[in-house]
Amino acid sequence: MKFIIKIFILLFIPISLSAQESGNILIKNGTVLTITNGVLKNTDVLIQNGKIQQIGPNLRASSNTKTIDATGQYVMPGIIDAHSHIGIDAVNEATNPVTAEVNVGDAINPMAVSIYRALAGGVSVSHAMHGSANAIGGQCETIKHRYGTWDPEEIRMKGAPRTIKFALGENPMRVHGERRGLQPKTRMGVEQIFRSAFSEAKRYMDAQKMHKQSMGNKSYKGIAPKYNERLEVLADILRGEIIVHCHSYRADEIYMLLQVLEDFGITKICFQHVNEGFKVAPELAAYGAGASVFADWWAYKFEVYYSTAYNATILTRNGVLTSINSDSGELIRHLYHEAAKTQRYGGLSDNEALKLITINPAKQLGIGNRVGSLEVGKDGDVAIFSAHPLSVYTIPQMTIVDGIIRFDVENDDNDMRLAIDPEEEMSSFFDHQNEKNHDKCMEGVAEQLFQFSAHNH
Amino acid sequence: MKILQYILIFFATSPLVFSSLSAQQIGKNIKGSFVLQNATIHTVTKGNLTGSVLIEDGRISAVGAVTTPSSAHIVDCSGLHIYPGLIDGGTTLGLTEVSSVSLTDDSDEIGDFTPHVQSLTAVNPNSVAIPVTRVNGITTVITKPTGGLFPGTASLINLVGYTPDQMYAGFKAVMLNFPSSSKRNRWDRRSKEDRKKEGGKAVKKLNDIWKKAKLHADLISKGQKTEYNPDLDALVSVVRGQTPLMIEANKKDDILAAIKWVRKNKVKAILSGCSEGFRVVDSLAAAGLPVITGPMMTMPPRGSDRYDRAYSNAGIMSNGGVKVVIRSNQSENVRNLPFEAGFAAAYGMGKEEALKAVTINAAEVFGLGDQLGSIEVGKVANIIVTDGDPFETKTQVKHIFINGWQVPTESRHTLLYDEFIERSPGLDK
Repeated sequence: MKFIIKIFILLFIPISLSAQESGNILIKNGTVLTITNGVLKNTDVLIQNGKIQQIGPNLRASSNTKTIDATGQYVMPGIIDAHSHIGIDAVNEATNPVTAEVNVGDAINPMAVSIYRALAGGVSVSHAMHGSANAIGGQCETIKHRYGTWDPEEIRMKGAPRTIKFALGENPMRVHGERRGLQPKTRMGVEQIFRSAFSEAKRYMDAQKMHKQSMGNKSYKGIAPKYNERLEVLADILRGEIIVHCHSYRADEIYMLLQVLEDFGITKICFQHVNEGFKVAPELAAYGAGASVFADWWAYKFEVYYSTAYNATILTRNGVLTSINSDSGELIRHLYHEAAKTQRYGGLSDNEALKLITINPAKQLGIGNRVGSLEVGKDGDVAIFSAHPLSVYTIPQMTIVDGIIRFDVENDDNDMRLAIDPEEEMSSFFDHQNEKNHDKCMEGVAEQLFQFSAHNH
Repeated sequence: MKILQYILIFFATSPLVFSSLSAQQIGKNIKGSFVLQNATIHTVTKGNLTGSVLIEDGRISAVGAVTTPSSAHIVDCSGLHIYPGLIDGGTTLGLTEVSSVSLTDDSDEIGDFTPHVQSLTAVNPNSVAIPVTRVNGITTVITKPTGGLFPGTASLINLVGYTPDQMYAGFKAVMLNFPSSSKRNRWDRRSKEDRKKEGGKAVKKLNDIWKKAKLHADLISKGQKTEYNPDLDALVSVVRGQTPLMIEANKKDDILAAIKWVRKNKVKAILSGCSEGFRVVDSLAAAGLPVITGPMMTMPPRGSDRYDRAYSNAGIMSNGGVKVVIRSNQSENVRNLPFEAGFAAAYGMGKEEALKAVTINAAEVFGLGDQLGSIEVGKVANIIVTDGDPFETKTQVKHIFINGWQVPTESRHTLLYDEFIERSPGLDK
């Protein structure tokens, strides 16, 4: 009975937290880590209608504005994860080496409790990515953690640039070459998948252009080229309308993709994982490519055996736009700690380390003008911490998205699920101790192709 | 990155080539007398003091005011902190090199009942992950077989040496994965009834094995000649209470069943895992069994659990009167142990208890309370020197001593940093 009442109550939460709603909040007297404008002590942050209105001492707000006392606490921009798979119900369309036409935005699950748990680690925005089974995977979705809504539309970060997932190395080679006997089985084959896909897209574009130009000619009897969604998306990449995010590990394959992109005039590129990015850091910097890396994951598969936890530091020092990502529903809960590891491994300054989880990933997602720092006019996405967010002893206190409190440690219920499996009287325990948690990129592929294998990253 | 001393030693003694990636470390391990001068000494068992530590013959021979022997190497530790080396209560370090390449994974032998297989046999002293681990201040770990009901025998090893015997730190335990009715993973589609049934079957199997083991031990005690039974042989010392059983149980029901089983069979036991320990703290405390738990940085056990349950579990148990040891349960990233302890400290355990959970508690639970886990005269010289709190993320480990050997603060990760921070050639051909 209690349980039924609980479901009943949960049913009404979304109504009280109407999602796209934006709020007014005054955060008083915190140590404000602006990221782009230094550290401001004893400073207030005023959010109105979901946007940062003012930053400064002794701010005042109207009486209906909620006021939070952040004395002794640290106020920073909401954390941004440039690589995750939370909040989506499907990750891999592992049926073809090229699946540009699919979009994880069609599989958004706003009820995923993992979104709440990310909020409880100060994360307000994440990049819900397609998996890494295919050389050219599906399109991804940048989501705002407006937990409480049941409407997938409300989770999308409207206006965020389109992004797509590419993948190099072992994953596409294993899924298609090894398991299905299809190209690519080698890193040579992976290169040709890209060259072939973009060459076809170019012909498609030429045919469309030719048709359009010929339409004015009365004697022209031709028909439009057959519509092809896959080629449409690839054409949009060539036109620079989609940012490429490429799963990669080894230096040679990273260098290969840079050559391919240069040949096809594609400039918007952020490499993901990029464990050996440190070996080609000068090339990445020269191309203007971003790198979104793990703080310390290595050795879980052969292509990450020659890694170093100093990757983020070496990339940063070589001028590469670098971020730290999670690729994991677990790790996303403590990205602030992952960023801090760059201080143990390479001694980045506080602000350099914090940039890795704020303004840098924002720029990599093309939303650096809206989030990733505390500046007047930007979205009211704020995370408040009990101690400096790079300290191992810090505890996230509150996460605000568009001026609405979505996580508050003081008002945190045990069970924050929005959707409950009606067949189970209690949520079930499963043994995380047996789970290897790396690289959710291959989620779904395990079930589709390998049955279950513990080593599916 | 590198300490000047090591560079000099390298050039003086080693014909190795710098760029060789097969090398784990460039500097050599050094044994001798060392005086670690003018540090803040965190003894763990006897409070903090300012002073020096003398290491002689692999042991701590003086703490505080130290008379410096003329032959001793002097290590200036002004402004630095001395702690006992951290101990990880559960890893597969040295057994698993690259987990997705199955032939490099020696942690999981075939068979449900293999208590006789020894982690100490398969531990690779030259695993790349070992230097990567110790440069973060972890000097000693349990390395354990996994998989099956009785996966094998775990060993405590020091992270220095080129043979298992050089590494062995004096403690072994037979592993038991207590039969469970929980889901194995998120893809486990067995019904609750099926899971219960299979769990029940496994309990019966365990009891049958235990009966046989007791009989076997009895026969041996009576001087009877038995058939070659290496698996049952491995349980004789467990039945006699000489070797502890390290029992992995995570779900609430499984922990309670394990406690009951231990009581009934009067086994010397250490519990491990206990990710739902917070649900049964009183039973754990009443049973008086130590618990090795971790990692903290894992998901809460159930979807309905508070987001920070896994962070706070160790603290809830320790505050409830359970003796807690922290583990990473990792192979390549055992180096995160200090951060696991830091999270436990922040979420209720407190810094002092968390430090004990990775030092003296571990030593005591492994029966080595007089050998390891604190800075005290007579103990094995497993010592780290840091520039601050060893759990704090940005802290640097400056010097490492394991079993009296001064070990370079180098690993493949630091060597790659040295090579690539300013790559040469850069962009030029």
